[in-house]
Amino acid sequence: MSLRKTTAVGAAAAVLIVLPLVLQQVNDYWMHIVIMIGIFSILSMSLNVIIGYAGQFALGHAAFYGIGAYSAALLMIHFHVSFWIALPAAAVIAGFFGFLLGTPVIRLRGDYLGIVTLGFGEIVRLIFVNWVDVTRGPMGLPGIPAPTLFGYTFSGKTEFYYLILALALLTFFVIHRIVHSGIGLSLLTIREDETLAQSVGIRPNKYKLLAFTVGGFFAGIAGAFWASYISFVSPDAFRYLDSVNILAMVILGGSASLPGSVLGAVILVLAPELLRYMSDYRMMLLGLAIVLMMIFKPTGFWGEKHRKYNFYGMVRKGEGK
Amino acid sequence: MLLQQLTNGLTIGMIYALIALGYTMVYGILKIVNFAHGDIFMMGSFLGLFFMKELDLPLYLAFLLSAVVTSGIGILIERFAYRPLRMADRIVPLISALGVSTFLISLAQKIWGTEMRPFPTAFGSRTYTLGSITFSEIQILILILSFILMLGLHLFVTKTKTGTAMRATSMSLTNAALMGINTNRMISLAFGIGSALAACAGIMVGIYYNAVYPTMGYMAGINAFTAAVLGGIGSIPGAMLGGVLLGLVETLGGAYISTQYKSVISFAILIIVLLIRPSGILGKKDINKV
Repeated sequence: MSLRKTTAVGAAAAVLIVLPLVLQQVNDYWMHIVIMIGIFSILSMSLNVIIGYAGQFALGHAAFYGIGAYSAALLMIHFHVSFWIALPAAAVIAGFFGFLLGTPVIRLRGDYLGIVTLGFGEIVRLIFVNWVDVTRGPMGLPGIPAPTLFGYTFSGKTEFYYLILALALLTFFVIHRIVHSGIGLSLLTIREDETLAQSVGIRPNKYKLLAFTVGGFFAGIAGAFWASYISFVSPDAFRYLDSVNILAMVILGGSASLPGSVLGAVILVLAPELLRYMSDYRMMLLGLAIVLMMIFKPTGFWGEKHRKYNFYGMVRKGEGK
Repeated sequence: MLLQQLTNGLTIGMIYALIALGYTMVYGILKIVNFAHGDIFMMGSFLGLFFMKELDLPLYLAFLLSAVVTSGIGILIERFAYRPLRMADRIVPLISALGVSTFLISLAQKIWGTEMRPFPTAFGSRTYTLGSITFSEIQILILILSFILMLGLHLFVTKTKTGTAMRATSMSLTNAALMGINTNRMISLAFGIGSALAACAGIMVGIYYNAVYPTMGYMAGINAFTAAVLGGIGSIPGAMLGGVLLGLVETLGGAYISTQYKSVISFAILIIVLLIRPSGILGKKDINKV
C-alpha cells in the first residue's frame, strides 16, 4: 500500500469513528441517515458481486434483504433467539434463497434474467403480504428486540452506528477478499465471455451460483440489522422500487468496484435528503440521472479500472528486482 | 361459470396482447426489452383520462389523441434514452429503461397525483346476455377494438411496403440498412406503433377497472412481457396468442386456485417458459441462449 493510500484509509477511518460524536451534536436524524447509508452500502456491495463481478443482471435484490429481515424478526420474536445468532442465521437463510433462486435462473442471460429475478422479488413480496399467519401481512411484525451485548442493550443511534459500521467493514473486507482471489478472476472471466471461461476450465454455473449465494448472504445481514434497528418489518420496505434503488447505487457508483458501491449508497441515500426542498421532482431527477449516466458515463463514478496486466511488462519488472 | 370466466379471460388477454405487441416489435428489431413500456401504457391511460375529463372530448377522440401523443412519447424515449446506447453493452439500455420508467412514474405522480382516479363512465352498466354468458358494454368494446387494432397491425405489417421494410429490419438491421431501408425510421415506427397500441390498451383498462394510477404500468407491463415471451418474443402473432393465453390462464387460475396469488401465476408461467422453451410458442429457435 502506498503512503498516499495509507493516509487516505487512515483519514477515512478516523472520520468514520469520530462521525457520530459530531453528528450527535446536530441531531439524531442525521445519525439515522448515516446508518441507512451503512445498510445500503452492504446491499449494494452484495448486489455488486452478482452484477458487477459475475455480470448477472439480477433485479430482485430487495427480496434477499426482506428474507433476511423477516427471518431475523421471526427468530427473535418467536424463538427468543439472541440477535447475535439471528443475524448469521438470517444471512444463511437469505444466502440459501440466493442459491435456490440461482439454481434455475443461471441458465438465463441478460434481460431475461432481469425479468425472472424481478418476478422472484415480487413473489417474495406477495408472500410477505399474503402469508398472514406468519408475517401478519401488510400490518408487519412489530416489537423486534434490539441487540444486547453482555447484558447491555443497544438503545441509542450511536451503538447502532458502530454496529453497522462493523458489519459494513466486514462485508467490504470479505467481498474484497473473494473478488480479489481466484474466484473473483473466474467471475470476471465468466462476465467477459462465458464460452471462453468454459474453455479454460472454469465452470460458469458453479461460480454464478456462488455469486448469488454470497449476494443473498450479505443482503440477509443488512436485512437482519434493519429489522433489529427499526424493530419493525413490513412488506413495504422490500418493493420493486427498492431493488431498482439498490441497482442504481451499484451502477452510479460503478459496477465491479466496492468503493463505488459505497459511494453509490452515499449518493442515493443523501440525494433525497438534500433534495428535500424539491421533493416532488427528486424521483424524476433520479430517473433522468440514471439515463444520463448510461449515456455519458456507463462505468459509473468510481468504476473499475481495467486490469492492465501486461505479461511482458511484468516479466521485465521482475527482472529488475 | 366456466364460459363466463373464459370470456373475462379473453377480455383481459386481448389487452395483454395489445401491450405485448409493443414489447415484441421493439425486441424484434433492437433485441432489447423496453422496460419502460408498461409506464408508456400508464401515460396513455392518464392522457385518455385527461382528454375526456379536462377537455370534455368524446371517447373516440380521446382514444385517437392519446394514441398520437403517447406514440410521440415512445418515439422521444427511443430517440433520447435508447438510441445513444445502441452500440453499448446489452445491460446499459436496460438500466436506462429503468431510469425512464422511474421518470415517467414520478412525472405522472407530479401531474396527476398518486391516488387512484376513476374513469368517467363512458358506458352505461348495460349488459348483454348470450346463452349463459354476460357481456358488459366495455367488454364488447375491448374485444372488438382490440381485434380491429391487431388485424390492422397484421395487415400493415404483411401487406404494405413500410410493413415489409419493418419486417426486414427486424430480420437483420445491417442487411436492411444495406437494402436502403432507413432503419432508424423503422425503429421509431416500431416504438410509435407499440406505444399507440399501449395507449389504447391503457384507456380500455382504465374504463374496465375504473381506476387509473401512476404505478399501474408495473404489473400490466410484467404480464404483457410474459405474454410476449410465452408467444415467442419478436413474433407479432406470437404476442397476440400469448396475450390471450395468459389472460385465460390467469383468470381461470384466479377463479379456481387463488385470487391472492393471481399475479404469481403469470410469474410462474414466465419462469417455466423461459426455462423450458425460451423461444416461446411461435418464436423462431435461436442459436443464442437467452
